[in-house]
Amino acid sequence: MPTTPHQRSAIISVLVENEAGILARVIGLFTGRGYNIDSLTVAPVDPAANHSRINIVTSGTDMVIEQIKSQLDRLVQVYRVADLSMQGPHVARELALIKMVCKGADRVEALRLAEAFRASVIDATLESFVFEMTGSTGKLDAFIDLMRGLGLAEVSRTGVAAIARGTTTI
Amino acid sequence: MSQNPAATPAPDQPAGAEILLRALKEQGVEVIFGYPGGAVLPIYDAIFNQNAIRHILVRHEQAAVHAAEGYARSTGKVGVVLVTSGPGATNAVTGLVDALMDSIPIVCLTGQVPTHLIGNDAFQEADTTGITRPASKHNYLVKRSEDLARVVHEAFYVARAGRPGPVVIDLPKDILIGPAPYTPAATTPHRSYRPQIEPDASQIAKAVALLKSAKRPVIYTGGGVINAGPAASTALRALVRKTGFPCTSTLMGLGAYPAGDPLFLGMLGMHGTYEANWAMHDCDVMLNIGARFDDRVTGRLNAFSPGSRKIHIDIDSSSINKNVPVEIPVVADAGRAIEAILAAWDTDPAEIDRPAITAWWRQIDAWRGIDCLRFTQDMTKGAIIKPQYAVQRLYDITRELQKKTFITTEVGQHQMWAAQYFGFDAPNRWMTSGGLGTMGYGLPAAMGVQVAHPDALVIDIAGEASILMNIQEMSTLSQYRLPVKVFILNNQYMGMVRQWQELLHGARYSESYTAALPDFVKLADSFHGVGLRAKSVDELDDVIREMISLDRTVIADICVDEKENCFPMIPSGAPHNEMILGPEHGTSLQIGGAKSLTDEGLALV
Repeated sequence: MPTTPHQRSAIISVLVENEAGILARVIGLFTGRGYNIDSLTVAPVDPAANHSRINIVTSGTDMVIEQIKSQLDRLVQVYRVADLSMQGPHVARELALIKMVCKGADRVEALRLAEAFRASVIDATLESFVFEMTGSTGKLDAFIDLMRGLGLAEVSRTGVAAIARGTTTI
Repeated sequence: MSQNPAATPAPDQPAGAEILLRALKEQGVEVIFGYPGGAVLPIYDAIFNQNAIRHILVRHEQAAVHAAEGYARSTGKVGVVLVTSGPGATNAVTGLVDALMDSIPIVCLTGQVPTHLIGNDAFQEADTTGITRPASKHNYLVKRSEDLARVVHEAFYVARAGRPGPVVIDLPKDILIGPAPYTPAATTPHRSYRPQIEPDASQIAKAVALLKSAKRPVIYTGGGVINAGPAASTALRALVRKTGFPCTSTLMGLGAYPAGDPLFLGMLGMHGTYEANWAMHDCDVMLNIGARFDDRVTGRLNAFSPGSRKIHIDIDSSSINKNVPVEIPVVADAGRAIEAILAAWDTDPAEIDRPAITAWWRQIDAWRGIDCLRFTQDMTKGAIIKPQYAVQRLYDITRELQKKTFITTEVGQHQMWAAQYFGFDAPNRWMTSGGLGTMGYGLPAAMGVQVAHPDALVIDIAGEASILMNIQEMSTLSQYRLPVKVFILNNQYMGMVRQWQELLHGARYSESYTAALPDFVKLADSFHGVGLRAKSVDELDDVIREMISLDRTVIADICVDEKENCFPMIPSGAPHNEMILGPEHGTSLQIGGAKSLTDEGLALV
């Protein structure tokens, strides 16, 4: 009997023409074909060449992830598709803005943990902080979990941006 | 980013609509299938003032797309459609998805409200690019006059390059009225869309080595061979004859290899032949050329050709390893890949295993001996016509008359009988809605074929239910004096629905019987055509001959056996080796036929 195929997570970076509709096309591809999107970031990266980069964190079997890459690659406005998680070492970072509403001991503890996690305070009032923190998804998750008991009020996260290590480019 | 940045609009330049037509002419467009409306009036005005491009006025926008598909499929050119905004565009959507599923190159021009009204819920406004995004290979909304000509040229490139498909250009009315610069088609490669055409030599070498080692090979071809042009069919014939390997084809690939050739096993899949499906199931090496392991071909995936090593040639890499894992993928144009295999075949020193291949053919001949398409036609006067016999006689008589014949179909039992009993010997002669299964495809598609081939015999093999879905096109046919023949296998049921109800739903024929059908003879007459009818077997030949001899639009209403089912049949969710052969072979849908009918199979389409 066939065993359940192994699911893995993948970070797929897509270099696209910065044109109307491309993001809708990529998202439509994922919803239309039933693929997962765990996170998605998009921004122009080369205004002169009119290129944008989309980073998608997804999961599936190897066959599904290959399909996702092929499906993305055949879109007309797509220049290149890379599966960073398969291509070799890479760095993946996320930015989070974390709002704390707290006083007294909780406030002191939150600040102390922020220092340990290298989160910086970018806004403060007598009753609140906004921390800015950059790091891997796991590090952000860990910090946010710690903050829950200390007056966590709101979180805004960017999703993952990723790039290959060394001289390799997309 | 414009590739011709120098082009900017200036007041003395022609209107956008003129520029559009100029770009269409440069792309070699000869005919447009369309329907006017408010948003596209400037284009119709430009069409009025020229004679180079012919416009065929359809009666429904869906039919315009199917007609363009018929035109494209029978010529290898890009079919062009022109519809207005809002309902014009939404009516075209079924045709677009049909072309997307069957990889037919179409450029569909849709009108749009002026740019300053977009998003305001204006009259006849629809989010056409939003609606057609999953319904097209690509789409454009032209927001700047200086992009117009470039976008038109690019759309034609995208429609025909790589795996072909429909491309939509949404044209706001102010862009059509205002001045626009002209830019000729780019001579440089497209900046991002460059499909791989040439096969990788090392993959070809691996494929040849595997093919030569085969003991039980099969060549499984699809619509990709047709799309790759007539040279690909020529190369396929050379490959099959050189190797002596058995060849089967999908519905979309019929005609690439001649039906009458002894190396051809017939169509495979749900209603494919016994020998083709068994060969697929039992083979040890499978060469898939331009087919996509569709569920109508594979049956139950985990029981599909369990013992074979597979090579898959496809121009679309996303078709490879989508449903069926393959060992040797080759991303390339089908024709180029076959030619590369032919060239590598001679340089590879290995010999094929002749005794094994001979034994394999003995096995195939035994399967062939079952004669799975056998049927019995009662020839006594007044006997009811079997639908299979009607198609077979149609084929025999067109062959005897040696007419260049094109066949289109609607969707259902008649479509499968046409595929089984009409032998196709050349590519581009067979137009059918394979992927989407669009009832109402055949009549407008035949119209498009007849426009492209005015002197050919064009027959829509139809069912009485499907034909009513685009029957309004009879009016178009008579307007342009297009002598399309509509050959209706009339069993008064949505036959395929009825067959599935018999198989899966206890013969409860819920809503599959059409009461109050029109009198098709009078209907033809009212549309200025000719209506004929054959009620019994002795009338059939005369009706077929008369239909063909008339230089008019003809509907031949062939009254056939209402209870006939389409066999062989692999029920949804069953493997190839559990095919039902039918009453000729002592099995029926209910009695011991479908062994592996499961709840899972029931849920499948």
